Amino acid sequence: MQRVINDRPITYLDSGASSLTPRSVIEAMDRYYQHHHANVHRGVYQTANEATAVYEGARARTARFLNAPGGSEEIVFTKNATEAFNLLARSWGAAFLSPGDVVLVSEMEHHANIVPWFQLRESHGVEVRFIPVDDDFRLDISRIDELMRGVKLVSVTGMSNVLGTINPIHDLAEMAHAHGALIAVDGAQSVAHSSTDVVALDVDFLAFSAHKMLGPTGLGVLWARQEILSSMPPFLGGGGMIKDVSVNGFTATTGPSRFEAGTPPIAETAGLAAALTYLEGLGMDNIAAYEKELTGDALTRLALEFNGRVRVIGPSDTLDRGGVISLDVEGVHPHDVAQVLDQFGVCVRPGHHCAKPLMKRFGLAATARASYGPYSLVSDTDVLLEALTHAVTMFG
Amino acid sequence: MANLDDLYREIILDHYRSPRNRGELPPPAHHVEGFNPLCGDEIVVYVLIDDGVLVDIKLTGHGCSISQASSSLMSGAVKGKTLEQVRDTIATFKQLMTVHEGQLGEPAVATSPDADLRRLGELAALAGVVKFPVRIKCATLAWNTLAQALDETST
Repeated sequence: MQRVINDRPITYLDSGASSLTPRSVIEAMDRYYQHHHANVHRGVYQTANEATAVYEGARARTARFLNAPGGSEEIVFTKNATEAFNLLARSWGAAFLSPGDVVLVSEMEHHANIVPWFQLRESHGVEVRFIPVDDDFRLDISRIDELMRGVKLVSVTGMSNVLGTINPIHDLAEMAHAHGALIAVDGAQSVAHSSTDVVALDVDFLAFSAHKMLGPTGLGVLWARQEILSSMPPFLGGGGMIKDVSVNGFTATTGPSRFEAGTPPIAETAGLAAALTYLEGLGMDNIAAYEKELTGDALTRLALEFNGRVRVIGPSDTLDRGGVISLDVEGVHPHDVAQVLDQFGVCVRPGHHCAKPLMKRFGLAATARASYGPYSLVSDTDVLLEALTHAVTMFG
Repeated sequence: MANLDDLYREIILDHYRSPRNRGELPPPAHHVEGFNPLCGDEIVVYVLIDDGVLVDIKLTGHGCSISQASSSLMSGAVKGKTLEQVRDTIATFKQLMTVHEGQLGEPAVATSPDADLRRLGELAALAGVVKFPVRIKCATLAWNTLAQALDETST
């Protein structure tokens, strides 16, 4: 995206909200509309077959990206990660959880991984319990055995969208399984920035959005182990999710289609497949190493240049930490910080980042968040620091 | 291009750094909480009304410079005024904060005529906010909360 805002080129530091889109992704979607446009799973004509091939091909591509053991059969396309969590709660949660069963989330979750469980609490009487976050911005698992009592599902984020903290998912999966619980992971912030192998992580569910991993908006993914997914009742009802319908009722189809009522986003799946190819072309380990370098550089300079007036709300080093840097500028409200930064063409996100329990934990109303992507540069940090200096002076 | 100086006028920064009428009022004063769910700002407006006059007003809460300055300026503008005058000021201010629906990329246009700006006195310093449409909610939070407080006390 090449635009000039307020006489400055854009310095895009909001990849945590939505990533920029590579040309190959836009071209893949364009190709669908120009050459293969038709609905999926319906027509017998040439382009209808091609559209289905695009859609199902993207499903297979996504399965390969995650190393899903059951392949395409484990990939459900949703609207976004939020819908994936709602699907999980409304389908699996409603079917398999009883009053008093516990869903264990954490204090650093996005509202998408909190509110659906609160809704399930209202409808099915489950208990929602929180893993606390310690003063070093990490999950406090010192009392995990106590916390695990009665837990049927652990649902935590792979990486905090506020703190940048990367959680020990494999360890949590081990703990969950040892207690007979399943584990779901919010991968919205993690999947674009490091490799995700659901077998190696030993998890049961994974939710993420395409538009935070260089893909298009309007598309999300719920991955679930095949044996679990096949036991789950349908979510939304309508066309495409049935085996049979009569005036007496319906029978749901099997496989991921069971959860994909109505015409799905099709061009978007082509875009996602292209995004995954783009990411793997760069190499997920390379991306992780590169972003670690960018983050480390930014953290060091933020600590040096502002005499403590700019506080990072998140781990201060790059150990188990991603490129999401939340800032609290002394005496300047995050909204004002973001407004001044905009004058320098710097795009950051002010607000509570849909993580109000976490904000309350640290006594904050909001932060100004800069977040990096694989295309970010050290020069982006240069502009960020220049603009921050201006904000500090202006309100000083 | 919307200039940052249009938004952060010196008078706004002054009211942000030293807000007027901060604090709480004991009963029988009435109080109402206002929230801006988008940015997490919170405000509490305390009003003491006697015989149709807004005798005293105090504010607590936290928010950005625009919301804090706007509430501070508001408190000075309405304190000691009759409820009719207060409602009139609220209406005039909210009119000032109204923009025409514009095309993406076109500057927003304030609908308020100059005459209204003069009537608003110091409050006119907030007129630049309409050039930054996402900040309008910051400026109007205190005013909407005050309007709610008046509605609740008049019933």
